[in-house]
Amino acid sequence: MALRIYRTEAVVLRQRRLGDAGKICVLFTPNLGRIEAVAKGVRRPRSKLAGHLEPLTRVSLLLAKGRSLDTITQAQALDSFAPLREEIERLSRALYVAELVDRMTDAAPDVGGLYRLLIDTIERLGATEALDLAVRWFEMRLLMEQGYQPNLERCVRCNAELALEGNGFAALAGGVVCPGCREAPGSRPLSGAAFKLLRYMQRRPFAEVARVRVDAVLGRELEMHLRQAVQAALDQEVKAGEFVDAVRATSPVAAQRSGRR
Amino acid sequence: MNGRPLVTAPPVARLIEAFHRLPGIGPKSAQRLAYHVLRAPRAEAEALAAALVDVKDRVRLCSRCQNVTEQDPCDLCSDGARDQGLICVVEEPLDTLAVERAGVYAGLYHVLHGALSPMDGVGPEKIKIRELVERVSRGGVREVILATNATMEGDATASYLVRLLQPSGVAVTRIARGLPVGADVEYADEITLGRALRQRVPVETEEGTAVEGGER
Repeated sequence: MALRIYRTEAVVLRQRRLGDAGKICVLFTPNLGRIEAVAKGVRRPRSKLAGHLEPLTRVSLLLAKGRSLDTITQAQALDSFAPLREEIERLSRALYVAELVDRMTDAAPDVGGLYRLLIDTIERLGATEALDLAVRWFEMRLLMEQGYQPNLERCVRCNAELALEGNGFAALAGGVVCPGCREAPGSRPLSGAAFKLLRYMQRRPFAEVARVRVDAVLGRELEMHLRQAVQAALDQEVKAGEFVDAVRATSPVAAQRSGRR
Repeated sequence: MNGRPLVTAPPVARLIEAFHRLPGIGPKSAQRLAYHVLRAPRAEAEALAAALVDVKDRVRLCSRCQNVTEQDPCDLCSDGARDQGLICVVEEPLDTLAVERAGVYAGLYHVLHGALSPMDGVGPEKIKIRELVERVSRGGVREVILATNATMEGDATASYLVRLLQPSGVAVTRIARGLPVGADVEYADEITLGRALRQRVPVETEEGTAVEGGER
């Protein structure tokens, strides 16, 4: 007899309502990739599952196989990342990260590396002061994991060697274009500092990248390039990005927050 | 009708279809409701039809609290007995009924008609946040109580509102969270239990002193 019940760890990426009191949870798991599962009755106040299945929770689950969707029968939160929930700056970035994973991944076996990346990033967003840099590093690593690594070595159009200055970043073409090819569609000017940092992010762990001082202008430029790279890979808009912008616009320390404080 | 064969008269089928669109009404319930209407006295059916039309024609949003109302301002907003300096912010109109049922609140409301849901593209401009900020900035408000849901969206909305309302100097509070009546500690999640412990209240002075008693 096939096993009807299975156990997995997961990060809850998002939820949507189902019927009167249920929800469908979008989960990211290390062994199955992105899956959806039904959580029955979680909108009732006495639900035993509800508090364990909020978005951005790392949770241990027992699921029962269903005809189309599996059903969550037990849930125990392993980490609720409480610091995220108390600060809108942190929460908005974490939601953006969750949306990227939701949209960029599918059901797939053995995505432990990506799972680790997601957990590390969410954890980091609860603690670091370099919030935006943590998101940039995550975007770069996600692109790499999913096979969209931006080419930062040679011009993606003419294969010329690249100098540090005068280049463009062409997300649709998949990387950096040399000064001669800067007319490539969608290409935007890439400063030397941003170019260096992009390369550094591709090669170095976050702990090292986090030591780089990033001022607001450079932070904004990196965000623009990497968001474009992500959108080119996804072929759709990432909605939570707007919210990050909205939160930043109301920030009392708006100017200082975009990079490391 | 979703490929189901039509074996009933078209007007009845249309009514079944209409009921079926309502939330929580499956095909079987829709059929039962439609046949109930079919057999009911004409007056009952007319009353139902009139009520449906009325709700679209006569109900609008209160210009002060954004709750659904027939008169503007709504009954609650124009009730002189209620504390005009208190605003309780909720996500949905039904939430005001829930708070009223609790029987301990005598201030006014503000209905947001949703919560921020960044991943679904519901940003601040899609719900009644601007209206709240304007209302508070007009003055006369002592305290804004954030009673959005204890969900990620509700929390995001609450902390975004804190950000927006802070410059106004008005006290902003969030409803406490703890174990619902009838719940087991064993099944409580860590966030609920953690906050319940941090915001615990002395037993003797439970009445009305929760804020002073617990750690904020």
